[in-house]
Amino acid sequence: VTQATYNGVLNLAAGAFLLAAVLIVWRREVRAIVKLLAWQGLALAAIPLTEGIYQDDAALVIVGVVVLLLRAVVLPLLLARAVGTEAHERRESTPLVNTTTSLLITAALTVLAYAVTRPIIALDPSPATRAVPAAFAVILIAVFVMVSRRHAVSQAVGFMMLDNGIAATAFLITSGVPLIVELGASLDVLFAVLVLGLLTGHMRATFGGTDLDQLRELRG
Amino acid sequence: MDLFLLLPILAPLAAAALAAILGWRRLTAVMTVVAAFSVLVSSAALGFNPGPGTRFAIGSLLRADALTVTMLIVIGTVGTLATWAGVGYIDAELAHRHTDQKGANLYGVLVPIFLAMMALAVLANNIGVMWVAIEATTVATAFLVGHRRTRAALEATWKYVVICSVGIALAFLGTVLIYFASLHAGATSGDALNIDVLLAHAGDLDPAVTRLAAGLLLLGYGAKAGLVPFHTWLADAHSQAPAPVSALMSGVLLSVAFSVLLRVKSVVDLAVGIEFMRTGLIVIGLLTLLIAASLLVVQTDFKRMLAYSSMENMGLVAVAAAAGTKLAIAALLLHVLAHGIGKTLVFLGSGQIQAAHDSTRISDVTGVLARSPMIGVTFLVGLAVLLGLPPFAMFASELSISRALADAGLGWALGAALLFVVVAFAALVRNGSRMLLGPADPGSPAITVPRPVAGALVTGVVLSLLLGLTIGPLLEIFQTAGTVLGGAR
Repeated sequence: VTQATYNGVLNLAAGAFLLAAVLIVWRREVRAIVKLLAWQGLALAAIPLTEGIYQDDAALVIVGVVVLLLRAVVLPLLLARAVGTEAHERRESTPLVNTTTSLLITAALTVLAYAVTRPIIALDPSPATRAVPAAFAVILIAVFVMVSRRHAVSQAVGFMMLDNGIAATAFLITSGVPLIVELGASLDVLFAVLVLGLLTGHMRATFGGTDLDQLRELRG
Repeated sequence: MDLFLLLPILAPLAAAALAAILGWRRLTAVMTVVAAFSVLVSSAALGFNPGPGTRFAIGSLLRADALTVTMLIVIGTVGTLATWAGVGYIDAELAHRHTDQKGANLYGVLVPIFLAMMALAVLANNIGVMWVAIEATTVATAFLVGHRRTRAALEATWKYVVICSVGIALAFLGTVLIYFASLHAGATSGDALNIDVLLAHAGDLDPAVTRLAAGLLLLGYGAKAGLVPFHTWLADAHSQAPAPVSALMSGVLLSVAFSVLLRVKSVVDLAVGIEFMRTGLIVIGLLTLLIAASLLVVQTDFKRMLAYSSMENMGLVAVAAAAGTKLAIAALLLHVLAHGIGKTLVFLGSGQIQAAHDSTRISDVTGVLARSPMIGVTFLVGLAVLLGLPPFAMFASELSISRALADAGLGWALGAALLFVVVAFAALVRNGSRMLLGPADPGSPAITVPRPVAGALVTGVVLSLLLGLTIGPLLEIFQTAGTVLGGAR
């Protein structure tokens, strides 16, 4: 693999990664959002896979395969199962922020990500590190999704996007964290999403829906 | 010494495995108490054995210094009291049909896992593993918070999992950035996140990246420690969880998360100077105190009142950590231990009051002291501990924190903090006396006290008194921890 191909694939992956986040902000259909999340997982897995092949690092390739299975297949499937079958459950109800404003905010957050990551790029101006603003932008967009969406599954998607953004940052700036931390963190995320999925089920049984606006008993 | 580094993690895990196989029964419940007690025994063995200041086990995966010993004492003490009371609490919940055998089995498995993860968080050498352990406590406690399966419990669980997971995710991003900076400071990839390696390389960490990381770590672990701005889960979760779990979360989990922050602070201070973390901790600590004190004043629910009192104490601890001197650290550790025991007393008592009234409204409860001397007196002692009245230990710790803040030239922060503490004091006294004193309504239900709960309560009162009257050998441990974290200042 030549340096030019490596750079190209890495930038393509980072671009697709950010694009998936923007599309998630744009769409309101819960199932479509979950599908986009799977595509984002694929773009994420491409980063360690490219780096592993370029650097001839078998361990990193294996990590990439695990990331692919977990974030592009297992976790999106778990979330897809938590989406209800009734029409009103499959669509984000009246959003707190409308689509146009959401997309403008997303653009502003992306610019902010470039500003925030300047010290990181200054410390190590390698091609991989130069892609880190895209990962940070996804982190910021994910937080925005979590505060602006009122559907339980959308919030879970926001959480997973946040996690994808952090994982992408780790792969881009350090080729991933030590294996023990990577394993532990993946396990935690898996369990957290399982818990959120189970809670969504409980919520549907108790409230007859998964609209988080019904959660308003606990105040003060 | 390897054994005593492993035991605090393995003993609770063994108890969890046993509970998973046999389900909730007297034997598994008692084994959980034994496991919690073995954490205390380990901390004593680590703390009182002469030897090198820092010990390692399994390569350099686990590490114990004076701060570790202190936190193991807190986990062991509160853990023993809470699991002991848990034996009686769950049996009563089963009898009242608030939970079923399946719920009890789940409780039996999750509580010891919760304990093991907190022990791992304070014993880990790698700050990445610390993060994994802290996040694992969220997963382990999610279904403990929602144990009663009511609408309110479900709401609290959702908020708890979402807010804490987001907060703690930010801490992971901070950890990744520290790893990045550490690699560029010359550490090898395998041990670049180890505390001992980070401390050795701290001078070479890139200041700009370290500042970015420190901000994220402060917000992230602050979420789990009940600090602003991710504090909103706290009152909901504490008020809905079963009383022994509330005691564990309030008395131990908050301070365990904060102890990770103290570790990170010792590295960051060396890399970018003390001003950065000091400013952050003061701002967050004072805001936490402000919000906690305001909400205490208008509180109508006694379990939420106790939760906001925990927030108030964590705010004070954050301000003390901002001073960062040896005296300040030693004082805040004493504060954390005393608060843990005191909070356990009031949460266990509130659990029995809630069971009797089937309500947590302050206005529903009067004359507890006359109706149940056991709950009344222990609740009163717990409140006195939390109010910082002499002879209890929080009197000494609050005085020492004040002195440390004044010595560090933070008199204005001390003034603001004391103002909020006084407001909180008044609110606790008013609500506490309304519940405890006065004649009982003729129609008031009887407050029952299962024997294990009574045992834990009496032991907690004795421990509070002992800790207030003589700090004994703990002083040396706290001071060593102060030196480890704050230097000789």
